[in-house]
Amino acid sequence: MSIVLRQGLIIGPTSSVIGDVLVVDGTIADVGPAIDAPSDAYEVDARDCWVGPGFVDLHTHLREPGREAAETIESGARAGALGGYCALVAMPNTEPCLDNVATVSYVLARGATTPLDICVAGAITQGRRGEALAPMAEMAALGVRLFSDDGIGVRDPSVMRRALLYANPLGVRLAQHCEDEQLAGGGTMNEGALSSRLGLTGRPALAEELMVMRDLELVRATGAAMHFLHLSTARSVALVVAARAQGLRVTFEIAPHHFTLDEQCCEGYDPAFKVHPPLRTRDDVAALVAALRRGDVDAVATDHAPHAPELKDLPFDEAPAGMLGLEHAASLTYEALGAPQCDPAVFFQVMSRGPAAIAQLRREDAPPRHSAHGGSVAPGEDANLTVFSPSTHWTVSRSALASRSMNTPYDGRELSGRVRATIAKGRLVVDQEVLT
Amino acid sequence: MITSLRGQSLLSLNEVSRDAILEVLNTAESFVEVNRRTIKKVPALKGRVVASLFFEESTRTRLSFETAAKRLSADVLSLAVASSSVKKGESLRDTIATIDALGIDAVVLRHRSSGAALQVSRYVPHVRVINAGDGQHQHPTQGLLDAFTIRQVLSQRRGTTGLESGGELFEGLRILIVGDIRHSRVARSDIAAYSTLGAEVRVCAPGTLLPDDVEQWPVTVATDFDESLEWADVVGLLRLQAERGSGAFVPSLDEFTFTHGLTVERFARMRPETLIMHPGPMNRGVEVDSRVVDAAAAIVEQQVANGVPIRMAVLYLSVAGSGESS
Repeated sequence: MSIVLRQGLIIGPTSSVIGDVLVVDGTIADVGPAIDAPSDAYEVDARDCWVGPGFVDLHTHLREPGREAAETIESGARAGALGGYCALVAMPNTEPCLDNVATVSYVLARGATTPLDICVAGAITQGRRGEALAPMAEMAALGVRLFSDDGIGVRDPSVMRRALLYANPLGVRLAQHCEDEQLAGGGTMNEGALSSRLGLTGRPALAEELMVMRDLELVRATGAAMHFLHLSTARSVALVVAARAQGLRVTFEIAPHHFTLDEQCCEGYDPAFKVHPPLRTRDDVAALVAALRRGDVDAVATDHAPHAPELKDLPFDEAPAGMLGLEHAASLTYEALGAPQCDPAVFFQVMSRGPAAIAQLRREDAPPRHSAHGGSVAPGEDANLTVFSPSTHWTVSRSALASRSMNTPYDGRELSGRVRATIAKGRLVVDQEVLT
Repeated sequence: MITSLRGQSLLSLNEVSRDAILEVLNTAESFVEVNRRTIKKVPALKGRVVASLFFEESTRTRLSFETAAKRLSADVLSLAVASSSVKKGESLRDTIATIDALGIDAVVLRHRSSGAALQVSRYVPHVRVINAGDGQHQHPTQGLLDAFTIRQVLSQRRGTTGLESGGELFEGLRILIVGDIRHSRVARSDIAAYSTLGAEVRVCAPGTLLPDDVEQWPVTVATDFDESLEWADVVGLLRLQAERGSGAFVPSLDEFTFTHGLTVERFARMRPETLIMHPGPMNRGVEVDSRVVDAAAAIVEQQVANGVPIRMAVLYLSVAGSGESS
């Protein structure tokens, strides 16, 4: 099967050119100003669109196994494809959790039946209990390159230090949900004047920042690599950026809800806005946007967290934390990067190249089981491509999402920029903004 | 800003104006008289249906609201579920929808989750919602009845009536609130009412029981409890939840009594005319000594008694005050 993308702006890491991209049998066969495509090639009109490496999400909760009412690997993959994603890293807090070969293999096998590359983040500790280390080497042998107890952080510093020492020679990376539950425990929104007025227990910024500080020192002491999940405060980002500049092997992601929404959203007690770490202050949002525009951010990651409607339709303190992300992350990132002045190279850096490098999905990392992501749009590369239309405007409708759940905080919001087409593992999965 | 409670839900006292508060207090004065009659009933809400939904334990607030509704001749649907909606298996939304299907004009809601009353008002926008206490957020009728009680007692002492005193009596009145401010919905509603009415409010508590944003509240924070007791015209005590004292927020209940309890010794040094108030139920021996309770009993009982006319006033204004119904 061949596909030809006509006259898109092809986004390289440093420069962009208008041209055609020919995909044949899962590989980019040719790139040029005007390609003579085979007569049976499916034509995609990419005029006025950006063509770049397919998006990679480092942080997706696919809920399978265990909570299929909220999402399945299949429905999550469809939502991801519509959002322009070619690879998703499935977080391990399923039921049972992904802390062993059996459950990881299950998710990889189910993932292989979807059009996307479904990767797995294995648990750092058994049962995500923060005590005994999970069999990271066995999971790494299956191709797992990221490990996390996401949902909670590894609280015990001796366990975290041991995990870093153990992971380092395996060539895998630990990813931490930084929030000290002893400080944040019981909290439901950002701690501050607003939480006090609303009578809601707060999750202080300090709970996140203290764990970031601790982990940076653990990384310094062990020499291991580490990824910081969904940093939400100005201080957290500044700390990791400074440590990275000092040469520590640290990377971080930020989530669209943290750079587009602030704590004021919680004013009406709508659990759609409940998330961990919580929506922070306006100043934090501004700092995250500034970091994004400066090119300081390694990756935008969704923290896509589906919850069945009946669970999100509860009093604020009883509802679970988390919100959908896959289907609107690209638009929100495009807007935050200053649409229509958004620099497409930065956009594809945070949506694809950066996260692909962190997940070790780049060509040079030769990932087992998965195709290569985050490379250049050049002949010989695996055909994982996203066609993004900056000039399209659309309105989010929670009932029109591909996800099984509806817990988007953006229902009714008009967004700029939309994924026009997604080519994953050489297949046209999304065309004309809909699944094929 | 709510400038009159007529036809309105009452979710919080934060956005209620001075005039609206005085309207409730003045309306309640007339219901005090009703409660002194042999036949303690008026037909104001005849044919109206008030649902009383208590998802959290309560004795006095629930009895007081239901008594108020009955004395206004409303029909009362009463549902007490002393557990979370989740544990019961039915969501809050479904419970409200079920009650609403029976045809109701108002919901009186007590829930352990902050914001529950606002959420319910979104589920049933055509129904008046009266917040009877939501989590750590607000308990507006408590704030109103406390203000009402202060006005009533001080007016009597001056040989006048609450109605004649209006709101002037609160100007510069020194009110001290002591104890677990941080977790208290009563403190939030009391402070909103008192400060809106023009009183000077001080709070005094262990550092862990002050709200994080107290510097933004319309209060001053006092560190010297003993000096503040002498300063105050009114002392509002708050219930210290036992779990706050078990090592979580203060080292022990004894230590709380040592630092912030109204002991006999402290009571002896207070000015005799100072009012001592407590929303109940009291922890005798913790925030207040038993002997002090007995000495102050009159006012605390008056608070309880005033619960009925205040809630009659709130229900009356909120339900009968809506245009469609009158």
